[in-house]
Amino acid sequence: MENQFSNDTLIELYKSMLLIRRAEEKIVELYHEQEMRCPTHLCIGQEAVSAGVCLNLVKEDCVFSNHRAHGHYLAKGGSLKGMLAELYGKATGCSKGRGGSMHLIDLAVNFIAATPLVAGTIPVAVGIAFALKAQNKPGISVAFFGDSAVEEGVFHEALNFSSLHKLPVLFVCENNLYACQTSLPERQPNREIGKLAEAHAIQTYRADGNDVIAVYETTKKAIANIRSGTGPAFIEFSTYRWLEHCGPNEDKDLGYRSEREILEWMEKCPIKRFKEAMLTKKVATGEELEKLDLEIMREVEEAVAFAKKSPFPEKRALHEYLYAD
Amino acid sequence: MAERDVERTREITYAAAIQEAIDQSMEEDPSVFIIGEGVPDPKHVFGTTKGLREKYGKMRVLDMPLSEGGVTGVCIGAAIQGMRPIMVHQRIDFLLLAMDQLVNNAAKWHYMFGGQMKVPLVIRAVIGRGWGQGAQHSQNLQAILAHIPGLKVVMPSTAHDAKGLLMASIQDNNPVIFIEHRWLHSMTGYVPQEPYTVPLGAASVIRKGTDITIAATSYMAVEALRAATVLEKAGISAEVIDIRTVKPLDYGKIIESVKKTGRLLVADSGYYSVGLAGDVVARVSEEAFDHMIVAPRRITSPDIPTPSTPALANYYYPRHTDVIKTACEMVGKRDKAGELIEEEEKKEPKYLDVPDPSFTGPF
Repeated sequence: MENQFSNDTLIELYKSMLLIRRAEEKIVELYHEQEMRCPTHLCIGQEAVSAGVCLNLVKEDCVFSNHRAHGHYLAKGGSLKGMLAELYGKATGCSKGRGGSMHLIDLAVNFIAATPLVAGTIPVAVGIAFALKAQNKPGISVAFFGDSAVEEGVFHEALNFSSLHKLPVLFVCENNLYACQTSLPERQPNREIGKLAEAHAIQTYRADGNDVIAVYETTKKAIANIRSGTGPAFIEFSTYRWLEHCGPNEDKDLGYRSEREILEWMEKCPIKRFKEAMLTKKVATGEELEKLDLEIMREVEEAVAFAKKSPFPEKRALHEYLYAD
Repeated sequence: MAERDVERTREITYAAAIQEAIDQSMEEDPSVFIIGEGVPDPKHVFGTTKGLREKYGKMRVLDMPLSEGGVTGVCIGAAIQGMRPIMVHQRIDFLLLAMDQLVNNAAKWHYMFGGQMKVPLVIRAVIGRGWGQGAQHSQNLQAILAHIPGLKVVMPSTAHDAKGLLMASIQDNNPVIFIEHRWLHSMTGYVPQEPYTVPLGAASVIRKGTDITIAATSYMAVEALRAATVLEKAGISAEVIDIRTVKPLDYGKIIESVKKTGRLLVADSGYYSVGLAGDVVARVSEEAFDHMIVAPRRITSPDIPTPSTPALANYYYPRHTDVIKTACEMVGKRDKAGELIEEEEKKEPKYLDVPDPSFTGPF
């Protein structure tokens, strides 16, 4: 573990990952109750990317995400209560029940939008960057997406536009090797994903997405360049999704990936690795980390209770929000 | 302000009215910018963006990479960040490449995020006909767009409404598809110099009549007016309603008229089946069936792609003669139709693929 980062930073990274993990474990635990009635894509195993990228961001930086959005949303500081209430379809949800798990928003922290049409938010993130530059405002725009997004046309269109106009935008590709149940070699030739960004004359980085320090450090470098006005940057993080594409279950029975592969990646658990390193380096004691964990679990419990007791939107609200005034 | 009330001091083209609406909107509001293929080029999108680059600079008047989907997404992002983008497609056919961004993002974000997001975005799209433009350069896809909740769709038919509706669209806090018929660009009308808006969602009675209501969109409103003048010779008094906004559509004004005339003919340049004309017929029938003397009818393009050759295209596009024929049938004067149409056809050139002889292609 690098010594260049303060203990506070390291603890923040740990807390951020752990909040995502505990929140999603709670969803796994409760999903079978059939009260969270929306498609839910969990990111257990991928938390380091969200935590390591977002700890580099300040409030005015804008974040966009995809269908697997819980991690990005929480790491940017999105309201946990708002997220869980949204999964429960409640009026207190971050999208007032209109969105569900795939449509998270928290404008108070500039988590702008998550949507499930693959690559759909990438050009929108570029548009925010365009506006920030045109309005001479501080801040950068960040788009999170998976390895399959680079197969979409608008990915390239967005990268080309951002590079042409030297816009302050960071593209974060979480390569978890699968699009639903379809593996990367079935979808792309054998070349580094980053080459696609390089072809658009964009600074490109690659790092271990299960090593939160590597994520944090790499992002720091990329963002320093973006903030200096040199234009967009692209990072590919390798990582892995433990659970099924959509839903709370394991999916080794489907046979599209080997149990051995899953176990190997679980060994590389970003939270376990980081916790062990922190204990070895005496960044914190086991007791301190245990206490922190309990606090997070209590926060999650409170958010679940809030979500469960919140009211549903009323029937007459069906037609609300069609058009903006 | 209805056009008939406009002080008749200055006559300009529909294209110039659009240019003026953009110019005045950009002058009034620094958050407005325009982007599209050819916006600053020497042809200025049929003259509609002339002089803007010189006046407002590169950051507000942009050409674009040929990335219809990507740039639409960029405009959505800029819009939610407080800007008011105008994006231009020289043919609506190109807009199809941006349907994911328009339908899944622009149209939905206000609703889907519980009213927290606004997408004040104007997409200008040119529809058209003639000059052999064929299957991929002359589609009239208003119905597809109007089908989507969250989008607004306007189709002005006069220079006056083009300016007023475009300024209103730019000020609107929702995504608005602003559809211009290529054959309207060179038509002139009285347009006040000062900035003004025409409200979205309001149809306009452009000719009073008592025997039949003809509700029409865009260039078909021009065809309908032409037909109404001819019908008068046969003693048929047609009321013509310019629908102007296709979504949200002002059904009330059409229903009010049909209650008076008892007859409804809808003229739209889109396709026949599952289309806009069918929707208007259905809605008015649901709400004013008891007032209808005869079954409502539709004049539209047929359910086939547009052929390029004038030999076939002459029989493809809906025209004022189609309106005349159907209107005569509806008022029980079928016998008059042949004579009226024959007289009209005598005046027509061999090729029907240009709006007037001054139009010599290629567009």
